[in-house]
Amino acid sequence: MWFSWSPVAWCCLVSAEKDISPSSNGPKAEPVLFLCICAHMSILIVINFFVFLGDGMNAYMVYKVLTKTSLSIFSRDEVCVKRRFSDFLGLHSKLASKYMHMGYIVPPAPEKSIVGMTKVKVGKEDLSSVEFVEKRRSALERYLLRTVKHPALLKDPDVLQFLESSELPRAVSTQALSGAGILRMVNKAADAVNKMTIKMNESDAWFEEKQQQFDNLDVQLRKLHASVESLVCHRRELSVNTASFAKSAAMLGNSEDHTALSRALSQLAEVEEKIDQLHQDQACADFYLISELLGDYVRLITAVKGVFDQRMKTWAKCQDAQVMLQRKREAEAKLQHANKPDKLQQAKDEIREWEGKVQQGERDFEQISKNIRREVGRFEKDRVKDFRVVIIKYLESLVHTQQQLIKYWEAFLPEAKAIA
Amino acid sequence: FMDIKLFDLNNDASLVIDIPDALCERDKVKFTVHTKTTLSSFQKPEYSVQRQHEDFIWLHDTIVETEEYAGLIIPPAPPKPDFEGPREKMHKLGEGESSMTKEEYAKMKQELEAEYLAVFKKTVQVHEVFLQRLSSHPMFRKDRNFQIFLEYDQDLTVRRKNAKEMFGGFFKNMVKSADEVLISGVKEVDEFFEQEKNFLLDYSSKIKDATAKAEKMTRSHKNVADDYNHISGALNNIAADNNTAFKKHLEKCAEVFEKLRVSISKVEDRMASDQELKLTELLRYYTRDIQAAKDLLYRRARALADYENSNKALDKARLKGKDVAQAEENQKQCLQKFDKLSESGKKELTSFKARRVVAFRKNLIEMTELEIKHAKNSVSLLQGSIEVLKSN
Repeated sequence: MWFSWSPVAWCCLVSAEKDISPSSNGPKAEPVLFLCICAHMSILIVINFFVFLGDGMNAYMVYKVLTKTSLSIFSRDEVCVKRRFSDFLGLHSKLASKYMHMGYIVPPAPEKSIVGMTKVKVGKEDLSSVEFVEKRRSALERYLLRTVKHPALLKDPDVLQFLESSELPRAVSTQALSGAGILRMVNKAADAVNKMTIKMNESDAWFEEKQQQFDNLDVQLRKLHASVESLVCHRRELSVNTASFAKSAAMLGNSEDHTALSRALSQLAEVEEKIDQLHQDQACADFYLISELLGDYVRLITAVKGVFDQRMKTWAKCQDAQVMLQRKREAEAKLQHANKPDKLQQAKDEIREWEGKVQQGERDFEQISKNIRREVGRFEKDRVKDFRVVIIKYLESLVHTQQQLIKYWEAFLPEAKAIA
Repeated sequence: FMDIKLFDLNNDASLVIDIPDALCERDKVKFTVHTKTTLSSFQKPEYSVQRQHEDFIWLHDTIVETEEYAGLIIPPAPPKPDFEGPREKMHKLGEGESSMTKEEYAKMKQELEAEYLAVFKKTVQVHEVFLQRLSSHPMFRKDRNFQIFLEYDQDLTVRRKNAKEMFGGFFKNMVKSADEVLISGVKEVDEFFEQEKNFLLDYSSKIKDATAKAEKMTRSHKNVADDYNHISGALNNIAADNNTAFKKHLEKCAEVFEKLRVSISKVEDRMASDQELKLTELLRYYTRDIQAAKDLLYRRARALADYENSNKALDKARLKGKDVAQAEENQKQCLQKFDKLSESGKKELTSFKARRVVAFRKNLIEMTELEIKHAKNSVSLLQGSIEVLKSN
């Protein structure tokens, strides 16, 4: 498992509004931050901004998706394609419709954001637009990495096509399956569950336990996420206030008529300015390492819960089939004495049909239960790994910050002592 | 933050004051003022009396109103004890009690107590310093009211009320608009005072600004420390709660996270507190002290104005041929007063600068050394945690 992190460069992005010719050295934005959470080193995905096409409200960002791999299912070991945001949503939509009902945890796509994107389209070059664009790029990268980490999804032809093929049919109706879309799906399934006349008799204690655990985890993660967002906010405030104090200390130093003290105060101002920059960088780490990851996991948990609800839906379908079968049998029994040979035959056929459906339903239910157990096991292993890796990285960033602080203050100490 | 030893009276044991104890009843703080003296003006060699904040203010005001001390920098009055911060927190704690786990509640309570104690310590210190400045000054230590403050074993409340009626804050109100007097006032012939005036006017606004910005910075720092506390609490919950196959691993994580709470949250909190004590408090104190120095300049400027007026009155009297002797006497007195203020003012302002430089030096060094210490501590704790996590 490998990792790389470098401080975010804020200023380079939205200047990519003009059409950049393919012969140029690529987008002006460097690949500033990528988080590789691959379990196996055989695939790496990097997303870069490429160009911002179109104008006004119809404008859209085109991303360069670079895949480097040694896996044989790919036709080349390095391929680069251009994709837009709706393409990602389209991919997710296809995968969800194919696999969710089987109990696979399909990683959710990044959220749509009308407000964020509008600002960018309108050409605002302020800090929040720059942040938004980088946030999205980073989220798309993590999304793809999570998707290919799933052994079944990696082999999926839609995924391969997404990563390799230079042309991709425009995705339509990408409404449904953003994170909000998944939530809607989950709610629909939950509604279906609630409408069930017979509550599912959970014979499998494992599922009951897991459901409870995930409900708890959901609550806890949201709380944690809220705390981290608060941290990011306060750290940014601290940075602003430190810069403001630095200026004030410099003015005080200028006003001070004792020469040595004046110099020391000016030095103090300089130290505080440097510390302000440190705080800014640390705030980035807070945000990109922890906060965004937590946001991803809150959405992932929703997907997990969705899968549990799919199982319930499957069970409900199975139950319905059984009820139907029972009815058909009763109907057939009635027809036995009615002397209508055609209808009797039809009834017998229908019984066979519904017997088949019941069997299929039971098989589906078994299959989805099996899949979910496997998926949940994988999810938990990955989660623990993910978190551990990220926390280590975060602690290392804190260590770095503290070491810088030591450096700055140790440089200042002789200045303070020099006040005669 | 005030090195008393560097005052005029070095290691003088003839009058030693400290506040060894204080009691907090709701909003009122009762300070125990302890005096040890060898001075003959005192009836006993040792005293221990109870005083409230208002008593200190009374003492300060009577000294300000004393004509004799017009040429001295009067130690600034200690600010009112401010328990707003901890009180707010206590309120929040009460409201959020139901939504917190037992451990979270206990932790927050601990925090609250620590914050309360910090405010308490600060207010005791600042009241103590006020008295110590008075006791180490050759003129103030002889003040009659100061002695009463130290000696009188009863409540001073009655005395305070009487004093208010007498003075009615006359001088204080005058001084408020004194900036105009200084700026637009009479031309300064003395180079020293001209420089001091310009310096103090500029410096006072700059230090006020620096104090405000330092306060904001410290508060943000404390917020960050608070957030870390909540985060590690939440992480603990996640690690503890999840009954999975990785339980053992997660238990280890919980240990690490608890250690992290100490290394990150507590360290950030200490850094913020120390910065507050050494830097913000220093700036706060000297903002007040600069104001006291400015007040001295105002009084001298007033005396100068009085002198100029007395000159004009003398000329008028000579012209009219009436009350000349009286006018001459008046003019002589005004000049004497002004000269006395100028002489003592110069001494005071010079020693003030020395005092200020020493205090800044001491506090900046101490703050820097503490920041380095905390950062180093944090690094070693963090690296320890990283090792543990990596070894799993």
